[in-house]
Amino acid sequence: MDTATAAPRVDYLENGHTWQSWLLTRDHKRIALLYLFGVTFFFAVGGLFALMVRLELLTPLGDLFEAETYNKLFTMHGVAMVFFFLIPAVPAVLGNFLVPIMIGAKDLAFPRVNLLSWYVYMVGGLFTMGAVILGGVDTGWTFYTPYSTAASNTHVIMTGLGVFISGFSSILTGFNFIVTIHKMRAPGMTWFRLPLFIWAHYATALIMILGTPVVAIAIVLVALERTLHIGIFDPTLGGDPVLYQHLFWFYSHPAVYVMVLPAMGVISELIAAGARKEIFGYKFVAFSSLGIALIGFFVWGHHMYVSSQSIFAGLIFSVLTYLVAVPSAVKVFNWTATLYKGSISYDAPMIYAFGFLGLFLIGGLTGLFLGAMGLDVHVHDTYFVVAHFHYVMVGGTIMAYLGGLHYWWPKISGRLYPEGWARFAALVIFVGFNLTFFPQFLLGYMGMPRRYHMYPEEWQVLNVLSTAGASILGTGYLLPMIYFTWSWRKGPKATANPWGATGLEWTIPSPPPTENFIETPIVTAPAYDYAHQEEHVA
Amino acid sequence: MPNGHADTAHHPALQHHFDNLEQQQDAATFGMWVFLVTEVLFFGGMFMAYTLYRYWYPDGWVAASHHLNVLLGAFNTAVLIGSSLTMALAVRAGQLGERRGQVLFLVLTILLGAVFLGVKVVEYADKFEHHLVPGPNFLFDDARYARPAQIFFSVYFAMTGMHALHMIIGLGLLTWLLLNAIKGRFTREWNTPVEVVGLYWHFVDIIWIFLFPLLYLVGHH
Repeated sequence: MDTATAAPRVDYLENGHTWQSWLLTRDHKRIALLYLFGVTFFFAVGGLFALMVRLELLTPLGDLFEAETYNKLFTMHGVAMVFFFLIPAVPAVLGNFLVPIMIGAKDLAFPRVNLLSWYVYMVGGLFTMGAVILGGVDTGWTFYTPYSTAASNTHVIMTGLGVFISGFSSILTGFNFIVTIHKMRAPGMTWFRLPLFIWAHYATALIMILGTPVVAIAIVLVALERTLHIGIFDPTLGGDPVLYQHLFWFYSHPAVYVMVLPAMGVISELIAAGARKEIFGYKFVAFSSLGIALIGFFVWGHHMYVSSQSIFAGLIFSVLTYLVAVPSAVKVFNWTATLYKGSISYDAPMIYAFGFLGLFLIGGLTGLFLGAMGLDVHVHDTYFVVAHFHYVMVGGTIMAYLGGLHYWWPKISGRLYPEGWARFAALVIFVGFNLTFFPQFLLGYMGMPRRYHMYPEEWQVLNVLSTAGASILGTGYLLPMIYFTWSWRKGPKATANPWGATGLEWTIPSPPPTENFIETPIVTAPAYDYAHQEEHVA
Repeated sequence: MPNGHADTAHHPALQHHFDNLEQQQDAATFGMWVFLVTEVLFFGGMFMAYTLYRYWYPDGWVAASHHLNVLLGAFNTAVLIGSSLTMALAVRAGQLGERRGQVLFLVLTILLGAVFLGVKVVEYADKFEHHLVPGPNFLFDDARYARPAQIFFSVYFAMTGMHALHMIIGLGLLTWLLLNAIKGRFTREWNTPVEVVGLYWHFVDIIWIFLFPLLYLVGHH
């Protein structure tokens, strides 16, 4: 309740400069920037661990780190990247900033809950970082029992607690998105006028509220098992360690879609704006998000083909895994069809979108290899799996996240980024990514297992290529960090709509005022109405 | 304010990003429902564990279940159902803006909740005494079923403990409601918190309605 009723409108960045005005803000745009700070930090931490992993694998001998240290490195790489970067990156940064604006609302439905979610996330992160500093954890990011309960002497509980706590931030974000999208849409913003970014975030939010509590309780039970030896996952006491795997993957497979669905939402926006066309088959793309969210809950068994699951159950999970590829393919086909006869730009966001299409395609198709039971037995727990999920997570999610960050940067910061550098960085990242992860498909197919710090000599060439690619990739990631920092202070001022794009976010000033819309907008046109927009402009 | 109602558009409880109190109340109630969906899944993991082990160890679980006090469990079930009634009456008093009714029924709900937790303490203490708490000191009279019984009590303590935690949080929320009700904050126009906490309280009740037969009445026909 401020008194600035008649005062001239200030943008959200100018509305207070104190620490308090940031750390106690309820403005979804400022909270998005707090998250940007958080996820960038954990991305750097996770990246550092990845660097050490790749350095160790430069030579066949385990000469840089001992096996135990190496176990900790890949575990902490996975924990930091999955739980503290990939899951929150797109929804909590871009989604937080854009969901209310895109539907014509002044804020998310529960601004205080939104701020709380950031604090919960940071506290979870602190616990996990605390575990890292005290000596780390070595169970793999999956915390499989009995390894996490009986065998490991590292800081499992503290790390698990960190993951448990940060899970609530995910639940709170999802809960806020669902209520906001249902109850806060501007007049005329019907469900089928929503940008596909919103549909994707809606589907993501459903997974967040349905899946996350299950992994939360699984982690609680692991902690109880570790401290009190209650026997629930311990076969010597009559318990079942595989029950843990079921509970874990019931969340953690859908969590893959928490990571990639919002990224798909970003790609829909980038391609529509970059091709200046309406997304081909809007409703199919919208419903495919819900389809992925729904079917995604019934495929978790494909992580467990070789852990005591019956062949029959495996068959069913295999068929369902093939099914979940259908809505993903619908999206890729429709994006490609959108490009047809489009007026295509090659600005940085679009280069990331093209990168996404190619890399996600490879990541998705190799997912089908892994979903096939017979082939999976051959490549299970090899570098083939590692390469597959990095193509989806890094090639998909991070490409889209960076593309989205570039596309909405003028709106977020009110400044333009240097286009030449941005295109260059996008290409460096694409090349570096492929050089890092393509050799891993070959290594995996030849049988190199994941999670070992040494390997036979004949695999060295491919491993050296992968490490070289990782250095290029790392450099590529540093570039945007540098020029975004520069642009934040020195970049040329951006207009309200530098891309000439449709969407409510481009109708308000850059950066937006704190209340987003002075007057609640009234929506009269579908999303991506580029055909008619041209007429208005001309 | 295109949809603004004259009497609610400037209510002190209206937050700046809502058009009117109706939208705000709608969002809050819907939000609680969404949250409860999360809660169902949270308990769902434990129900999954329950299902698996009961299927694996049917006899052991019957034997273990006989060590629970059905009488106390049934008493507590009645207490919680009673508290749901008083909660529903508190919500009604909230909707009617009746301050005295709100205070009375909130106090009754808090008392019944406290009785439930008190009985739970008695039950837990009894389990401690008889070495029925999972861990190194666990002792079960029938050696054949010692391991399944320990799993049963693990699930028992995890589920009822998690439920009790929800009760304690609920009592905190009810106390907060009571303080506001005493100040006369809840009126006909605005009583969202009473309604939302009411939903939560009923949910915690319903969880118990499932826990009681599943844990106490295994093998009782």
